[in-house]
Amino acid sequence: MNYLTTTLVLLGLIALAFTLGRRRAPVRDATWVKTASHASPGYYGAYVALWCGLPCLILFLAWIALAPTVIDSLIVGTLPEQITAGKSSSELSLVKSQIHSLAAGQAFGEPDPALSEAAARYTEFEQVSRMALFVVILSLAILTTLFARSHIRQHFRARVYVERITTGILIACSTVAIVTTIGIVVSLLFESSRFFAAVPVHEFLFGLNWEPQIPIREGQVAATGAFGAIPVFVGTFVVSTVAMTISVPLGLMAAIYMSEYASRDFRKAAKPVLEILAGIPTIVYGFFAVLTIAPWMTEMGAKLGIGVAPNSAIAAGFVMGIMITPFISSLSDDALTAVPNSLRDGAAALGATQAETIRQVLLPAALPGIMGGVLLAVSRAIGETMIVVMAAGIAANLTLNPLEPVTTVTVQIVTLLIGDSSFDNPKTLAAFALGLVLFIMTLGINIVALQITRKYREKYE
Amino acid sequence: MTFLEGQAERQGIAIGASGDTRVRSASPAAHPATVATSEETPIKMTARKLSVFYGEKQALFDVSLDIPDRQIMAFIGPSGCGKSTFLRSLNRMNDTIAGCTMTGEVMVDGINIYDRVVDVVELRRRIGMVFQKPNPFPKSIYDNVAYGPRIHGLASSKEELDEIVQTCLARTGLLDEVSTRLHEPGTSLSGGQQQRLCIARAIAVSPDIILMDEPCSALDPIATARVEELMQELQKNYTIVIVTHNMQQAARVSQRTAFFHLGTLVEWGMTEQIFTSPVDDRTQGYITGRYG
Repeated sequence: MNYLTTTLVLLGLIALAFTLGRRRAPVRDATWVKTASHASPGYYGAYVALWCGLPCLILFLAWIALAPTVIDSLIVGTLPEQITAGKSSSELSLVKSQIHSLAAGQAFGEPDPALSEAAARYTEFEQVSRMALFVVILSLAILTTLFARSHIRQHFRARVYVERITTGILIACSTVAIVTTIGIVVSLLFESSRFFAAVPVHEFLFGLNWEPQIPIREGQVAATGAFGAIPVFVGTFVVSTVAMTISVPLGLMAAIYMSEYASRDFRKAAKPVLEILAGIPTIVYGFFAVLTIAPWMTEMGAKLGIGVAPNSAIAAGFVMGIMITPFISSLSDDALTAVPNSLRDGAAALGATQAETIRQVLLPAALPGIMGGVLLAVSRAIGETMIVVMAAGIAANLTLNPLEPVTTVTVQIVTLLIGDSSFDNPKTLAAFALGLVLFIMTLGINIVALQITRKYREKYE
Repeated sequence: MTFLEGQAERQGIAIGASGDTRVRSASPAAHPATVATSEETPIKMTARKLSVFYGEKQALFDVSLDIPDRQIMAFIGPSGCGKSTFLRSLNRMNDTIAGCTMTGEVMVDGINIYDRVVDVVELRRRIGMVFQKPNPFPKSIYDNVAYGPRIHGLASSKEELDEIVQTCLARTGLLDEVSTRLHEPGTSLSGGQQQRLCIARAIAVSPDIILMDEPCSALDPIATARVEELMQELQKNYTIVIVTHNMQQAARVSQRTAFFHLGTLVEWGMTEQIFTSPVDDRTQGYITGRYG
């Protein structure tokens, strides 16, 4: 009796409950409000189906979450003394996973007979648990269905209850997003505080040197490490600025052409093609940056007598700018298209040229949407990793010159976390601190942009 | 000789020395306030055999009509009869609609506005339009009125621009109501005020002709009365063409009325005559409320 069968049976029961509830619905009598039933039959069906399904779903999830723990502790309880005696919890969990893999039929060498026995017992317990779940769910579903069905009568307000439950489900869904955000922020804060216990805050925020090495062995020379984040953030700033310098004009002009000048057929064909740009995996852009753009720029630089490093912020920023152009063009295009035609007519009737209408009427009116696109593009630029790793390098130079190799926050987080390292040294914890500062920065950008939009937006309704 | 000629002198002197003797040149101030119930009224615009198509569909059939100078002409008729289409073809607003084509000609002061030499942008400055739904720009009240003068460079200094804005707002009776909040958004006004703002915006570029497409249909009776009053006032200096669904309004404000039905111009003439002794049965039926 596996979980799939249980799920299917439960779904069947829910459908049955719906039909039962529907049939039970009082006859609608529309002659007078007082005697009319409070809802259409569907609501009675939904009411009974919800009663049938919701408690079972909650029980199901709780069971799946708790059953393994319960079974494990039961098994550990039956293990002979000499296996469990004097073992720490981490060693015990090793024993547990041994039992799990034995139960799954993966034996390495000659297993301890006590463990084999435990594995057999584990399989048996699991089967019992599934069977029990099936029986419990089945009976619970039948009970709640009968219960719900029994109190449907003439003036039962099924619609009110169903709507209340639906609201509850909607609230639960929105809570998940909020709780996740809070959870991420809290874990960032917690891990960062551990980092700041090892490295002072001012050194991290204002230090000009980023060399995140730590001694691998005790007393190693010349590997003390420096955790000054300024070069990393400056690198992010340089690459993002290059990207925005490319993408904002490009995207905005494309959007203006698409929404105001292009024929409908051209727009229909061109818009999806432009949006495909955003769908290309960033690693492909990375190839493009490192194999085509970067050498080309070095070559052009050599011709012009400017030294462009093979890994440079400008190559990464250029390709990134192309990548994020669709965000700006697509959202700006939507915003411009959403401006009512009455404003275009109004401007035209005053003898405004199309360019004047766009500059002075349409762009201000579409500003919030355009800002939204730019913001999305900025956050993509700041968060972009792959292109920068490939085209701009990982050397933390403190420079504002886009022709030099730089590195960005996200790239550093990747390099800090790659490889074998435990989560108790400053090197890995620095990733959390970087993440936290990045988070605060993007939050700040969002808030500022929101304020700007609110101040300068021209509402057209 | 183009339609655009004489932009500089437009405040005083009309442009139409093009051989059309019916066009009269006179400064607005010198012109009598109410004119003419007679046929000697000078003609400002003339449509000849105008047909308009939306794609394959013909919306207007061979309309020929004279619009008198500095009077109000009303277009009436049931919904979808082509009166708005006709109105929009008078300042080439139909150009902005994809798939809209036309044949025939529209003469203003003796010049065909569909002629290739006519600049449509300049044309629309001289023939302003007020729309059914008030459409103030999402800018301040001041900037709404100043928009046209700014793009056409009608004011050489800030003071001059202020003067234009004040004058236009005053003419629409809006100045007293908004003088303290000129820099609040135009969209914050009430519907009637918004419509008067749009009229102020239209007259700020000093057009010759103002086309009004059901300007009062979104307004309450009091706001409607104010706009009608304003039209009477404006008529002294501007030629006004109004499309309306409201027959009482047409009877109240206009000197001439044209009745459209199913894309054809059924009958046109003095308002009094149209409403009291229409020639055509369809006009009779419409104004007595048998259909519409």
